[in-house]
Parts: sequence; C-alpha cells; structure tokens
Amino acid sequence: MAEEVVLLDFWPSLFGMRSRIALAEKGIKYEYKEEDLRNKSALLLQMNPVHKKIPVLIHNGKPVCESLIQVQYIDEVWHDKAPLLPSDPYQKATGRFWADYIDKKIYDLGSRVWKTMGEEQATAKKEFIESLKLIEKELGDKPYFGGESFGYVDVAFIPFYSWFYAYEKCGNFSIEAECPKLIAWAKRCMQKESVAKSLPGQQKVYDFILQMKKHLGIE
Amino acid sequence: MGEEVKVFGYWASPYSYRAELALKLKGVSYEYINEDIFGNKSDLLLKYNPVHKKVPVLLHNGKPIVESVVILEYIEETWKHNPYLPQDPYDKATARFWIKFIDEKCFPTLWLAAWSSENEREKVTNEACEYMKTLESALNGKKFFGGETIGMVDIVASSVGYFIRVTQEIMGLNLLSADKFPQLFQWSEDFANCSIVKESLPPRDKLLPFVKGLIAKYQQDNAKA
Repeated sequence: MAEEVVLLDFWPSLFGMRSRIALAEKGIKYEYKEEDLRNKSALLLQMNPVHKKIPVLIHNGKPVCESLIQVQYIDEVWHDKAPLLPSDPYQKATGRFWADYIDKKIYDLGSRVWKTMGEEQATAKKEFIESLKLIEKELGDKPYFGGESFGYVDVAFIPFYSWFYAYEKCGNFSIEAECPKLIAWAKRCMQKESVAKSLPGQQKVYDFILQMKKHLGIE
Repeated sequence: MGEEVKVFGYWASPYSYRAELALKLKGVSYEYINEDIFGNKSDLLLKYNPVHKKVPVLLHNGKPIVESVVILEYIEETWKHNPYLPQDPYDKATARFWIKFIDEKCFPTLWLAAWSSENEREKVTNEACEYMKTLESALNGKKFFGGETIGMVDIVASSVGYFIRVTQEIMGLNLLSADKFPQLFQWSEDFANCSIVKESLPPRDKLLPFVKGLIAKYQQDNAKA
C-alpha cells in the first residue's frame, strides 16, 4: 500500500529538524512543505487546530503533532529499521527524561540567550552553559547518547547544533571551549547523512536570528 | 525474584498521585515514602533526582525513574497487564498529545487562575476556559479519555479533575462547572467515583485545609513584596 507522508515545517525549527532526521534515519520518502508562519496555510490550521504550530507530521491523512511525539510515532510505525528508542524500559525512561530536560531547560535558556541583553542575558548565558555541561556529563565517553548507536536523545538534541553559532555570537562565548565533548559528539552526528541533510547551515540560522532580533526590536 | 518498588512522593502532590494511581491500576505493591518537600528533602531523594530534586521518584530494584509522565510510560512498559496506553501507534500519539496539552497548558493555567490576584484573574481564567473547552473535545462522547476504562490521559487529567476542583472550591471559583463544561464535569465525577481512584486520592477534608494554607501563605508573601 502506498504510504503518504507529509511534513509541515519551517526550515530553522529545532523541532522540525527532529522529525526530518527521524524520517531520514528510517529511509521514509515524504513531502516537505515549508510553512510561512506569518501566513499559516489552511492545511496547518486544519491539521493542528489546538496549537497551530509546526512541525506537523501527516501520515495517510492523519496528523501527529509535537516533535518528540512524532519521533516516537515514526520509531513505532517503522520499527524494523534504525531503531531510535532502546527496547529496555529503563533505558527508554532515561532517554525520555533527557529529551524532556532538553525541551524544558536547554531550549528556554537558549532562547533567552539570543532574545535578551545585559544582565538578563548574562544570567541566561550562565545557566545555559550549566545546562549544556550537565547534558555533556550525561553523554560521558559514549559516542552517542544512545550508546553505540544514534538514538532518541541524539535526535532530540542534535538540531541545537545548527543554532550553536547563533547562540555564541549573540552571547559572546564559545560552546566548544565550555563543552568540547559535546562539540565532538555533534560533529560525529553531522557525519550521518540523515543529520547533515536535515540541519540548515549555522550561518543561515544566525542570519535568521539577526532578522528576528531586528523584528522584535532587540539590539 | 522479589520486585522492589518504592515511590518517593508527597501526599498532596498531583504529580506524585499519578505514579501511585498507575501502580495501583497495575496491582503492583510498593513502599511509599512521604517526603517533606516544604521542609527537608531526604538525602535519598536528592541522590535519586539530582537534576530536579522533586517528587515523585519511582525506584524499581534500586534504579530511579523521575518525572511523572516518564514514570507512567515506564510503568506501562514494565508491567504489561491492564494496559492504560493504546497499542496502536496513532492512538498512542494522540494520548501523548493530550497528556502534553494538560501538563503544558491546561493544568498550569488553571492553577494560576486559582492563585492569581483579582486583576489578573479574569485574563487567566478566560485562557483556562479555552483550554478546558479543548480538553473536553478530546473526550468526544467517551466516558473516560481512555474509552470505557481509565487510560493514561485520565491519570494525568486527575490533576485537573480532582486537585483543581478542590482548589477552586477554596477560592470560591467555579472554573470546572457542570453548566460550562458538562462532559468534562461528568468525567471528573465518574473518575473520582472509580473505586481504585476513590481509595487512593488524598482525602478532600485533609487536602482542603492544606491547599487553603498554601494559598494564604502565597498571598501573604506576595502582599509583602
């Protein structure tokens, strides 16, 4: 039976990137639809009426919303190739914990780094680096968060690498200097085709952030 | 082999309650340890949840699992009888969507609506009502979010269906009212009346004064600021 997979997305979205990577890992052919967030399509509003946000994964006409829910869904439906979540419940729980930490702490702190200035930014920067160090500690000496193979937490976190340059320029700091192991991990992930083709270039993201800052009146 | 299952919780915590209800639904025996979260957190709690230092913590054969929704998924995957998540990946994704909606939108806004000052309250209440209307649509004529029996969404929604109802009673608010949200209201009644839920919820007569005290202290602290 022909599978119809569509992804409603926005190119710099950290969340959209996760689903792109998961679909690529599984070798799934899909239609990518770029959304103009200032002029959301009727399809987006129909498929995600609650939040009206991207990414939305549409599988045979049925929508799945929220990036981590999409990644788990993709993993469960196309379970015979490149498993992303481990089979052991305790390891799965650990993976879910860190994905949740990434969304609740790292994402928010990173946003504050580029959105704020002065004292507020200094505080955000400090906490952001602390949160990166914590997750770097979790990585330890493993090649991936998933252990020997690329997995759920790697998918959840690697999109942030495309934003690192923007965070660094806005906050005037070096992530590599603070978290060298994390950068080594990111470069290892970038060698995977599924990741390399799903992430936008760091300069392109930075230019986008500069535009956003102008638009929001942040100098 | 003996399973060693422990829950580090707090008797009045809606999050802690989720972990306990899930274990009860699975018929899993566990040791409950009440943490003094407003006073002195135990060394064990800080050891098992160093990142967030919060309850609940589920300890299974010495290994800690934290964050209530992560705990619920773990319990479902470890004790496979009496499932509370659907098998079908699409239905599972839908359940997870509503759980996230409750935790990120519904519950926090309702909580805020109960605690906020008079002038902020109207705006927050309007937002909360929008979220409740949306949540009600997820019921879609079913008795429970899980269908005929309690599912994972119901377990998480207990925060709204019970804990918020108690809080609003104290504040003299009528957010989750029978006339505005008939389906959701009926659901909260049916949910609280399930024997396994009834016997495990923190008793209203103990919870009411406790939350009243919390709110009073919060308002006092804020008045001083």
